Amino acid sequence: MTRPVTAEPAVFPAEADGPDDADLSLMLMIRAFELKLLDLFGRGLLNGTTHTCLGQEYIPVAMEALLDPGDHVFSNHRGHGHYLARFRDPAGLLAEIMGREGAVCAGVGGSQHIRRDRFLSTGVQGESLPVAAGVALHLKRAEPGRLACVYIGDGTFGEGAVYEAFNIASLWALPLLVVVENNGIAQSTPTSRHLAGSIAGRAAAFGIDHHLVESSDVTEIRRTLDPLVSRVRSRSTPLVVEFVTRRLGPHSKGDDTRPAPAVQALREQDWYARCAAACSGRFPRLDAEARAHIDAVAAEVTARGPSRWEGTRWEGP
Amino acid sequence: MRVAENLNAALAALLAREPNLYLLGEDVVDPYGGAFKITRGLSTGFPDRVLSTPISENAVTGLAAGLALSGDLAIVEIMFGDFAALAFDQLLNFASKSVSMYGSRLPMRMVVRCPVGGGRGYGPTHSQSPQKHFVGIPNLALYELSPFHDNLAVFEEMFARAEPCVFFEDKVLYTRRMGAVEPPFSVEVSGGVARVSLGGPPDCVVIAPGGVAHRALAAMRSLLVEEEIAGTLLVPSRLYPFDLPDVFDADVRAARRVFVVEESTAGGTWGAEVAHVVHRRHWGRLALPVTLIHSLGGVIPTAAHLERAALVNESTIHSAIRETIRG
Repeated sequence: MTRPVTAEPAVFPAEADGPDDADLSLMLMIRAFELKLLDLFGRGLLNGTTHTCLGQEYIPVAMEALLDPGDHVFSNHRGHGHYLARFRDPAGLLAEIMGREGAVCAGVGGSQHIRRDRFLSTGVQGESLPVAAGVALHLKRAEPGRLACVYIGDGTFGEGAVYEAFNIASLWALPLLVVVENNGIAQSTPTSRHLAGSIAGRAAAFGIDHHLVESSDVTEIRRTLDPLVSRVRSRSTPLVVEFVTRRLGPHSKGDDTRPAPAVQALREQDWYARCAAACSGRFPRLDAEARAHIDAVAAEVTARGPSRWEGTRWEGP
Repeated sequence: MRVAENLNAALAALLAREPNLYLLGEDVVDPYGGAFKITRGLSTGFPDRVLSTPISENAVTGLAAGLALSGDLAIVEIMFGDFAALAFDQLLNFASKSVSMYGSRLPMRMVVRCPVGGGRGYGPTHSQSPQKHFVGIPNLALYELSPFHDNLAVFEEMFARAEPCVFFEDKVLYTRRMGAVEPPFSVEVSGGVARVSLGGPPDCVVIAPGGVAHRALAAMRSLLVEEEIAGTLLVPSRLYPFDLPDVFDADVRAARRVFVVEESTAGGTWGAEVAHVVHRRHWGRLALPVTLIHSLGGVIPTAAHLERAALVNESTIHSAIRETIRG
């Protein structure tokens, strides 16, 4: 969704019957993509590692409607949903992850290191926050009204870079939108064991506004966040939006140490179950279409030749 | 002109010429003008682009990377090069990697300035020469301040690389004069390398970066007077990737003995990297392997007598060269 920087506040209709077809299809496509990756891994067809965003798909789908293509988006190790919500390009992303022709970054970056236009992901926790603050500094002077949006997790709050960036973003009034996907777990360590105090308290310590989102209803989320995000643009001021969300899958692949009943409880709160019930008429059809689409993409990409990279000339010895 | 003045003038010229250049660092604005006064006057001239930052080396280097990512230019001043350790993740894993890890070349125009070196009694965490810790990182080029290289040209070269650079500035150079060499030595600069020579064929070639060049030159003078050992000194502006200048061929054929001097403490030194390059190209022409001359292993003490004993100086360079040549 493209919105001019100076647009009037958007009108987001109530979501009485679940998300509209476009949003639901996008969420289902991301879900199908992530499930496909685990399937490909299980069959030994993928190299390396990956981190799926199963359970968190609605967040970038909700956020992308609030962003302009001129905004910068910084993603992280769990970033497939962020990329797909922005570009709707499962073939380019899968080719990147599989090292096939048509890969977004020639297969060099893989799952965690992707750059396209104003989207960039990195694999080191917390590293992108100062970089995003630098981009926000540039935007404030060169393109006022645009912002840098950076996705981080609850685990990222263990990194000092987060606080260095918070401090500077607040002091210098930078248009930095920090989206926290608090899924309650950092790899295998629950939030209660890695985070003292609260994320809200940490934002408050730096004089940064914080908003908690507990809903997974994309329309409601947008309606709530739209004026807050507009304020980041108009006042050039940072904002932390914390989503209470759920990670349904393992940290990477097959490394989930949580007891099955705990994961099952999360599944029952998942947007997928909620939407399946709320849109019972169209849900099975859209879900089948998303899966069929991803099946076809996977078959086509798997059959491609290897990606080519000319490398960068480095005059080292 | 003093080296500090030349560096300050270069920064001022760049800020005036490049409207998208930022300079970030701790205490860099006026009236303080940086811990070593290198940025004095710059924030008065360019208040919106010369910014004093919190004590946050990681974030400040990340900010510079974000500016570079947006097409701006950025210079970061790390107050003491020792603190660049706090910026290492941004340099190793983000700024340098970004040049190539996204599959196509991404220009990243940023320079991290690091005042380094001892001799001023600042103690173990404010006196190091950390150059060696940054050697070998793809797309991270290393340069060193030198009295023989005009800083405006060096900064132009660093930005033209379109990849992150670290610029090491030996603190003791700031108050020295630019370019001064007393006869019978003379200096010529070509291809980024200053060559200080006596004119005739040398008995040894000494490779030394800017920070120790005057100490190496003092040793060469005393070796000439006391031992009749004639040396040629090569001072490269760029430390890594290290290239031998064309003129080196003739010098090494004549001298057959090569020494590398640096202030780093022993172990995993820049000189070891230089020696590897020299060995690969000239092994058959050398009378003996390249001799590494550097400070002692261990921390750099604070007390003047202890620090003096630890750091490489004119007399340790003199002794190392004399003993190697005379046996």
